Amino acid sequence: MLMAAAAAFVLPDWIISLATIAFANGLVVLGLIVLWRAGLVSFGQALYYCIGAYAVALIGRATGVTDALILMLIGGVCAGLVAFVVGFLLARYREIFFAMLSLALSMILYGVLVKAESLGSTDGFSVATPTFLGYAPHREALGLALYWLTLAVDAAAAVAIAAYFRSVAGALAAPIRDNEIRVEFLGVSVNGVIHAKVAIAGILGGLGGALAALSIGHVDPNMSYWTTSGGFVFVTILAGSGYIAAAFVGSLVFEAVRSFAFDFFPQFWQLTLGTVLLLTILFLPDGLGSLVTRLKRRRLAP
Amino acid sequence: MTDILAVRDLEKTFGSLVAARDITVSVPAQQTVGVIGANGAGKTTFINMITGHLTPTKGSIRFEGNDITGKPSREITRLGISRSFQVAQIFPSLTVFENMCIAAAIAQRKGGVFGNIATPVQSAAATAEAQAAIELFQIGRYRDMPASSLPQGVRKLLDIGMAVAGSPRLLLLDDPTSGISIEEKFDLMNVVMAALKARRITVLFVEHDMEIVARFADRVLAFYDGTVIADGSAHETLDNPKVQELISGVRLKPAAGKAGHA
Repeated sequence: MLMAAAAAFVLPDWIISLATIAFANGLVVLGLIVLWRAGLVSFGQALYYCIGAYAVALIGRATGVTDALILMLIGGVCAGLVAFVVGFLLARYREIFFAMLSLALSMILYGVLVKAESLGSTDGFSVATPTFLGYAPHREALGLALYWLTLAVDAAAAVAIAAYFRSVAGALAAPIRDNEIRVEFLGVSVNGVIHAKVAIAGILGGLGGALAALSIGHVDPNMSYWTTSGGFVFVTILAGSGYIAAAFVGSLVFEAVRSFAFDFFPQFWQLTLGTVLLLTILFLPDGLGSLVTRLKRRRLAP
Repeated sequence: MTDILAVRDLEKTFGSLVAARDITVSVPAQQTVGVIGANGAGKTTFINMITGHLTPTKGSIRFEGNDITGKPSREITRLGISRSFQVAQIFPSLTVFENMCIAAAIAQRKGGVFGNIATPVQSAAATAEAQAAIELFQIGRYRDMPASSLPQGVRKLLDIGMAVAGSPRLLLLDDPTSGISIEEKFDLMNVVMAALKARRITVLFVEHDMEIVARFADRVLAFYDGTVIADGSAHETLDNPKVQELISGVRLKPAAGKAGHA
């Protein structure tokens, strides 16, 4: 993390900008990992991503608040609230039903935003240039400031989620995947625990969307489209659920592969991504994180 | 000794079907009670009403003096009634230790909406309790093995151990020896009963093997057609002609005799 922060001094701007988006999206992926550990896949995480992004853009437009920190927190809270409300419904479902219902909810938002002409319809609208506690940087300095803010949020989220994984609620993920009946008989409400996971993933999704909106400087309904959700699930598979850091590394790898594929094979960039996904599933079924596990094991058994 | 469990006039009907009726039983603390009866006699209905998974149509259940009739099952678990399962309910992808640890941590968690999040799973208290339960049930050599790889008997012990790690005062064992070979049954029950005695837990266990019942139960309830037809010491119930006719068969006599020596 510190290395990534320091690297900003030597890397060109376009990499900083790409990494900012990647690390913002990594938050969404971290939320998906929280769900995935309990055996749940959401194909609609773009819902919270989009809400976080639009919240930033709308609050900025309506109130003139430009402070990135405040806007970002509002984005996270808004998405978290929505997640909490839809969680009452989502927490009753599992497996494909959970996945499809989340997908449906995100597509409802997409449909609404496309019809909303005051919000720019399919074009979306711009986000005002953010400030940082009164500091108002421009151009390169702005990019750097957003990059560091994103890294700081990632670090805070990583610490918080690591603590969550060590708690009873976090550790119940595998038991819930294994045997819900037993969890209930131990005196825990499975739906309650899942509801909390949906809300946590929602907050992370909102924070990611907010940071992405600030960084891109623009929001549009595609942020809620199913391909956006699909991208997050893609990265989750690439990253694996074993390590928190894998969410951010995986997200960076994904953005890098996508950019390079787009540059070198403009006609076939989707094909390239598909190939990467296929190779991941075939050779790294537990994701990038399992590389670390393999290295450790090799070191233990000389 | 005070009664830990007092059941009065319990009745459960599903439409016109009477699953349980006129059940009145009091269990003093630390007694080991065997529950026998043919399939459909109402044993599981009785257990499910105590654990709160079925709400009785009529009657009352008191646990340690408090009325728990119709309370939600999770609340009853927290009050101190646990159960084990006919088919061992464990978490296959976790190790034995992790299984125990999660059970112990849940029992020790803080109250409130954020209780699950505010309690670390591997706290000193939870790991100590998990280790103690593993030793109590003599499954130490399987401690770090994934539960999916355990032999059937160890699965059963882990299942019951997880119920005990929650520090219940009353434990309901649903067919603890089902799926266990005849040679292993007595060893398994010896371990279980010694563990429960050590923890001073009152036990109600459903059992189909009359030799096990005769050997381990202080007292036996015989269910037939939704109600208790015999209630007394293992010796008395198993020698009851009605019980022999309806449930155990007459061949049982020698086993009941053995109970006298035990």
